[in-house]
Amino acid sequence: MSDVCIVGIGIHPFGRTEGRSGRDQGVFAVRQALADAGIEWADVQIGYGGSAAAGAADIMVNELGLTGVPIVNVSNGCATGGSALGSAYSAIASGEYDIGMAVGFDKHPRGAFNADPASYGLPEWYGETGLMITTQFFATKIQRYMALHGISPITLGRVAEKAFENGTNCEHAWRRSPVDLETIMAAPMINDPLNKYMFCSPAEGAVALILASEKKARELGKTPIRLKTSTMRTRPPGSFEVFAPSINVERGLSPTQLASKAAFERAGVGPEDIDVAQLQDTESGAEIMHMAENGFCKDGEQEAWLAEGRTRVNGQFPINTDGGCLACGEPIGASGLRQVYENVVQLLGRGGARQVPGNPKTAYTHVYGAPGVSAVTIMER
Amino acid sequence: MTSLTPIAHDLWTNEDPPRLIGGRRHADGEIVFPYPGGDAAANYEAIGLSRTGTLWSWTIQTFRPKSPPYDGPEVFEPFALGYVELPGEVIVETRLTQATGLKIGMPVELVIVPFDATRSTYAFKPVEN
Repeated sequence: MSDVCIVGIGIHPFGRTEGRSGRDQGVFAVRQALADAGIEWADVQIGYGGSAAAGAADIMVNELGLTGVPIVNVSNGCATGGSALGSAYSAIASGEYDIGMAVGFDKHPRGAFNADPASYGLPEWYGETGLMITTQFFATKIQRYMALHGISPITLGRVAEKAFENGTNCEHAWRRSPVDLETIMAAPMINDPLNKYMFCSPAEGAVALILASEKKARELGKTPIRLKTSTMRTRPPGSFEVFAPSINVERGLSPTQLASKAAFERAGVGPEDIDVAQLQDTESGAEIMHMAENGFCKDGEQEAWLAEGRTRVNGQFPINTDGGCLACGEPIGASGLRQVYENVVQLLGRGGARQVPGNPKTAYTHVYGAPGVSAVTIMER
Repeated sequence: MTSLTPIAHDLWTNEDPPRLIGGRRHADGEIVFPYPGGDAAANYEAIGLSRTGTLWSWTIQTFRPKSPPYDGPEVFEPFALGYVELPGEVIVETRLTQATGLKIGMPVELVIVPFDATRSTYAFKPVEN
């Protein structure tokens, strides 16, 4: 097995770009990633990519060039980007290809996602009565977590405050101005205990990554950022997921716990070895719960961690250094790859005002989505 | 309220008072709600679930959900919802009849409530001590 390196990264700014399709944003990101890698489109031997709501990736060859390159369209909900990256990783690791691409892009209408019950194997009444809403899941999950583990509402506010602060220093973020804690805490409630500053919004954006074998990375003269693992897991028995009309009274692990454990094992490192992490923060509570589910702290410790500023860019364990989903919004197909993009930025020391100090060497990403999937990557400089 | 039509068939029993209908999997006894449709139904036995339980978690729906799939009245009234643990059976997602004074662990019981002008749905209501 060859080591797999990320040798080029590209991003189309997240947010709203009127008049540019999601796929065109993807093409924009691919061109930037190719330039960053110092290669031509014709050098790419295999591609994986897709979106949740903006069409297929293979049509991009119209703009990028008809080189005959195989492109595999990936459609895996919130794990679309993670699945594309995992596939590209395997293609390079197998030794069959030297240079591959993973791309994710999306463009969603405003407002909460409206899901179709039938496509999730659920009865119509579940959607008709207003129970099939992603924000409700996150609210009920954190509501119970707060009661069990002593997390107070202001800790939710601190996560949002940090996100907007980091987004202010990030070129690709959507929300680029700070919001003070008092304003955050006074905002109208969306789904109790989460208010309007504590949820991310569906958005637009695209990310492309160029992967190469270690040998090829050296030929290109690139600082090799090694992708140690790209691991995805679906839900185990007794987990609590988005769109669940019922859950098992015998409580079990989460898909995030499975993916995290497997990723650490494959990478041969532990949570204590990670210098910077991008964790799924579709809302403030998600970041808090995912800190523990990924093994970075014990349940309940988040209260002190946030109060002490440990997860800020200059803290002991920076989380979501580009503002995460809260500041960048969530274009589903691109969101997981944005996390990887940001980690490469941090490992190469390109973060500017949001650069994690102390020369970070090991970085972690985590994405979670319906109906219970989680993907984790670990990378090293 | 008897004039209202249930939002779906076989969601609760015709008993008075009614019970939600769940499915007990033949293979391992795991209980799910609602009773599964399609080919999966063959793997489950329909059972009436406990009318009482405890509040497992809750939230308030403050905005009108997108239509489709939401099919409630055009004039939106915020409503409470959550999960109720039916002891030893299953934890079910449900509307709650009140939006204040909700506390995890509080006892609740099943009631049938109006959904719109013509249809009813199920909800859980805090039990007065």
